[in-house]
Formats: sequence, C-alpha cells, structure tokens
Amino acid sequence: MRLVSLWIVLTCFWLLMSGHYTGMLITLGVVSAAGTVLLAQRMGIADSEGHPIHLLARAVIYWPWLVLEIAKSAWRVTWIVLDPALPISPTLLRVRSSQKTTGGRATYANSITLTPGTISVQLDGDDIIVHALEKAGADSLEDGDMDRRVTWFEGAR
Amino acid sequence: MALVNDIAVWILLGLGSFFYLVGAIGLVRMPDLFTRMHAASVSETLGAGLLLLAMMLAAGWSLNAAKLAVILGILFFTGPVATHALAQAALTAGLKPQLAEDRTRKNGARAAKRGGGK
Repeated sequence: MRLVSLWIVLTCFWLLMSGHYTGMLITLGVVSAAGTVLLAQRMGIADSEGHPIHLLARAVIYWPWLVLEIAKSAWRVTWIVLDPALPISPTLLRVRSSQKTTGGRATYANSITLTPGTISVQLDGDDIIVHALEKAGADSLEDGDMDRRVTWFEGAR
Repeated sequence: MALVNDIAVWILLGLGSFFYLVGAIGLVRMPDLFTRMHAASVSETLGAGLLLLAMMLAAGWSLNAAKLAVILGILFFTGPVATHALAQAALTAGLKPQLAEDRTRKNGARAAKRGGGK
C-alpha cells in the first residue's frame, strides 16, 4: 500500500520533471520509479518516516497555519530590522517538545527554525534549545501553542 | 484578466524583492551570527516564497508553475535543516551568542543577564 503510493508519487514526479509525454519516455519513467521503490524498500527507508502518507490530511490543516505564522513573524522581524534603534533582545531558551516520534520532533524543530525570529540551535533529549531574536518571540514560543499543534499533527502513533 | 494577473505578478515581485532587501539590510545591521541568521530567514521565507508565487502566476496554469511549486516545497523543507546545521555548528565550534537573557541556565533564574553575557 505504502509502496504503491510511493511508486505513484515518484512516477508523477518523473512526468512533472520531464514534460515529454511520448510512450517511450513515460515507460522509462514508470520503470525507473519502480526501480527506485525497490531500492528504497531494500534500504529500509520506505517506512512511515520516509514516506509519511498518513500525515497528508493533517498537513493540509497544519501547513496553512504554519505559513500564516511565518508571514506574521517575518513581518515583525522586518520592523525590527528597519527600526533605527534595532530593538533586539536575543534570548536563549529551552522548550519541551511533547512529540513522540522522531519525525514529529523534527517537524517541531524545523517549524521553529522556519519561523523568522526563532532558530532551533540544539536538540537535548526531549528539549530543544532555541535562539530567539527578541524576548517577545521567546515568550510566545514558551506558551507552547506550536508544540501542541505539531503534536496534534504527528497524530497518536 | 491578463491585466489583473500582470498587476498581481508585479505586486508580488515588488513585495518579494522588498523582503529580500530587508534580509540583506538586517544581515549588515545585526551584531552577531545568530541574530544575522534571523534576518536572513526573512528573505529565505517571505522573500523567496513571494517571488516564486509571482513566477507561478506569470507562468500561468502550466507545467512550469507546477515545477516552481516543487521548488518552493523543497526550499521550505531544506531551508530550516541548513539553518539548524549552521547554528549548531557555530555553537559547537564555541561561538557564544550575544544574549540579553539566557533562560537555559540551570538555576532557573529568569533575571536578565545584560552586557553580552554567555
């Protein structure tokens, strides 16, 4: 089931990248996609972490929220950069990540980094060390809203 | 309809370039590596995102637009990994960030440690 889905996705990717829809090229694409699936299977990376189809439905809800968060904090950082006084208050803080899977934790750390104004610097057990550009950003991260949303996103697996 | 599309493309191109400029200005103005990375992430996310969105609108409903969407996706997945690698490498190499406050200290004190402490 997961392998078939991976095969379909890879074939679509081939069609997207090639743009030539002759019989021979499509056949080549289908065959090489199948070969890639076979290799991924043998390497043991075609698992729920390498090809997380079960997250797709939740991603449709999580990603737009994340994009909105990115836009909001990018706007804040823009004002800080353009402010003649440069009102920064760099803060190092430790946030707890309540995700159970490594994929979920990576998603949380990447979400933190993707949001301008906060960078995940180091993973320390269940904690993530974060460098924030200003105290307000550190405070809102400590509220744990993003943590809860990522935990919901990874699902109860 | 084509005119509306063109106007939207120009607005998005302008906004994207503006955020890239902001990132560049921030890169110069910020005091140390970690704060500079915050400035760079503005151009990396909003700048690149809006520019690619503009190009997708300009390309219309075509294969090129789909390829641009894939580029956007790859950028959003690899960008934070590279940023995190750089930050961790800097910290491991012993570079101390200039901080207004360090909340990772074990004593739990939330008191601000001013003056470029550790």
